[in-house]
Amino acid sequence: MSAIETTYREALRQALIDAMNEDPDIVVLGEEVGLYGGAYGVTKGLIDQFGPERILDTPISEAAIVGAAVGAAMSGLRPVAELMYVDFVGIVMDQLANQAAKIRYMFGGQIGVPMVLRSQGGTGRSAAAQHSQSLEAWMAHVPGLRLAMPATVNDAYHLLRHALTLPDPVVFLEHKGLYVQKGTLDTAQPDAPWGKAVVRRAGHDLTIVTYSKMLLESLAAAEQLAAQGVSAEVIDLRTLNPLDEETVANSVRRTHRAMVVTEAHLTGGFSAELSARIHESCFDHLEEPVARVAGEDIPIPVSPPLERNAVPNAQLITETGLWLVQRKAPAWAL
Amino acid sequence: MAKSAQSRAAKSGGDSTPEEILTYYRDMLLIRRFEEKAGQLYGMGLIGGFCHLYIGQEAVVVGMQAAAEQGDTVITSYRDHGHMLACGMDAKGVMAELTGRRGGYSKGKGGSMHMFSREKGFYGGHGIVGSQVPLGTGLGFAHSYREDGKVTMCYLGDGAINQGQVYESFNMAALWKLPVVYVIENNKYAMGTSVQRSSAGTELYKRGVAYGIPGERVDGMDVMSVRKTGAAALAHAREGKGPFILEMMTYRYRGHSMSDPAKYRSKEEVAKMRQEHDPIDRLREYILSNKVADEAKLKDIDREIKDIVSAATEFAQQSPEPDPSELWTDVLLEA
Ligand SMILES: Cc1ncc(C[n+]2csc(CCOP(=O)(O)OP(=O)(O)O)c2C)c(N)n1
Ligand SMILES: [Mg+2]
Repeated sequence: MSAIETTYREALRQALIDAMNEDPDIVVLGEEVGLYGGAYGVTKGLIDQFGPERILDTPISEAAIVGAAVGAAMSGLRPVAELMYVDFVGIVMDQLANQAAKIRYMFGGQIGVPMVLRSQGGTGRSAAAQHSQSLEAWMAHVPGLRLAMPATVNDAYHLLRHALTLPDPVVFLEHKGLYVQKGTLDTAQPDAPWGKAVVRRAGHDLTIVTYSKMLLESLAAAEQLAAQGVSAEVIDLRTLNPLDEETVANSVRRTHRAMVVTEAHLTGGFSAELSARIHESCFDHLEEPVARVAGEDIPIPVSPPLERNAVPNAQLITETGLWLVQRKAPAWAL
Repeated sequence: MAKSAQSRAAKSGGDSTPEEILTYYRDMLLIRRFEEKAGQLYGMGLIGGFCHLYIGQEAVVVGMQAAAEQGDTVITSYRDHGHMLACGMDAKGVMAELTGRRGGYSKGKGGSMHMFSREKGFYGGHGIVGSQVPLGTGLGFAHSYREDGKVTMCYLGDGAINQGQVYESFNMAALWKLPVVYVIENNKYAMGTSVQRSSAGTELYKRGVAYGIPGERVDGMDVMSVRKTGAAALAHAREGKGPFILEMMTYRYRGHSMSDPAKYRSKEEVAKMRQEHDPIDRLREYILSNKVADEAKLKDIDREIKDIVSAATEFAQQSPEPDPSELWTDVLLEA
């Protein structure tokens, strides 16, 4: 099939359709995934195509939704459980961290949990403190879970397709601000193999490492930096587990400067992990300590102007880049 | 209004004074008009994010508050505007929180789903479905520990009833005989999922049977029935007999939130509820036919409500955006 222009939401939907057509063991379960078509429309129409036996509307019982998905996966089915907001992972953390993630190891490798937990997070819609978080660090901290965070239309499709072939549990985190994002989908051509980061923009002065929606802000910043004579390379990690350290290290060894950008809070966030690893692998090559640009260490406020300031944007990334490369401080810092 | 509804209302209205009945009318109308205005402001882009309107369900919270005592506490989910107004919170502060402004109850940090007033005994405004139920149980525990004779009204939806933590709470509340009335607002849908499609066993008032918690189903579209049954349930809890479950049969006229296509129910179904069961129309008919007050008096109330809602709207638009420095306040106090 040739490439088509579509949205992130449609690409996810198409991935589910194509995977379900190929694999009769795939079932989708979650709140409002059937008749309603999904809170963000990703599963729209799937119930008409696959029937209520494979597209299951559930009660509001997240612990049981995810736990039942784990159990079904243990017996060889391939459930896709949808958690409407990643913030609700608090309710399912036991099933995810103590069951799904432990079963293969704890039982000596005899059995796996081939399931996908789809959810979405992030700010931008005035959804307030309990519906706007970026909680990937909670999942990344648990060995035994795969973790994908697509930023592009093509990745939305291909990473989900690949996740639906893996032998182990995959947490698949979408961003509520990306569903309407347009882009090119080529169902025959992934941007890179699963687990490989992609250099979305080449550059030689600075490496920006990011994922999910912050890729868009980072690319916009790279454009602004270019106008000021700074050539930034932008790396999209795509998956946090597996983590492609090699692509990152190869870049940083060339550019000698690195910045990590996440929407998630700074403290204890995945940005800390990335920064530590870059320091460990590239210490002798670094001109400057790795800079971290991350969400404020605060719950997400509802007020739009406050909410915008709670997470990084292109301007902050640009200012940080200018400081790293040219020692130019932004006006507000003088 | 249908004859039978009239006589039903008449039967249960017996022990409310005319003044009280007019207060119920006023409070329900305030919620209705406030919510209609909130819907408009949302359409104009002045309110963003989530906004779950209470239109249709007014009799539930107004009837319960009519039965409550000063000092009783209330906690609910994100569909909370009606509860706040019924608890006596200021319409201005609620509306300004909806617009995310400095003058809002949460200073523009919480929004539609997250407001609070200790003074009015309102403990929020919670967005994680079902999570207010353990919290309400804890509020009840505090009443019991302090032996203050007060009761917690813990509201939850027909969708929330299927969360596991609800049953952990029921068990503890029954075990410790906590003064909590769990008020299930059965508006027949959780987002797009009807009770029939989500609940094995749709008599939700029986969900406490295994724990020995008495339950009763109430016509939640009739403020008099709510007040009467609510009073009995509150008395039960207040006397130290433990929790009580009320299942309020009600209906939301609007979508789940503002972005709900509402394809899961027919227009006829909604129209039928509005025409035949509207709690405000019903009380209005009762007031007029029983000569509790005349048209002129009700017009005065209409006008009073209109003024309150206009003033709230004005305030919510004029109140400034939060100061940027507020971003970092209220996370933790100095240690
Ligand atoms: C734990 C959790 N799961 C799912 C949601 C998403 N959600 C918000 S409201 C809602 C429906 C709740 O319905 P119900 O309890 O009947 O209350 P109503 O909206 O009818 O007042 C859902 C699924 C949520 N906020 N929290
Ligand atoms: Mg409901």
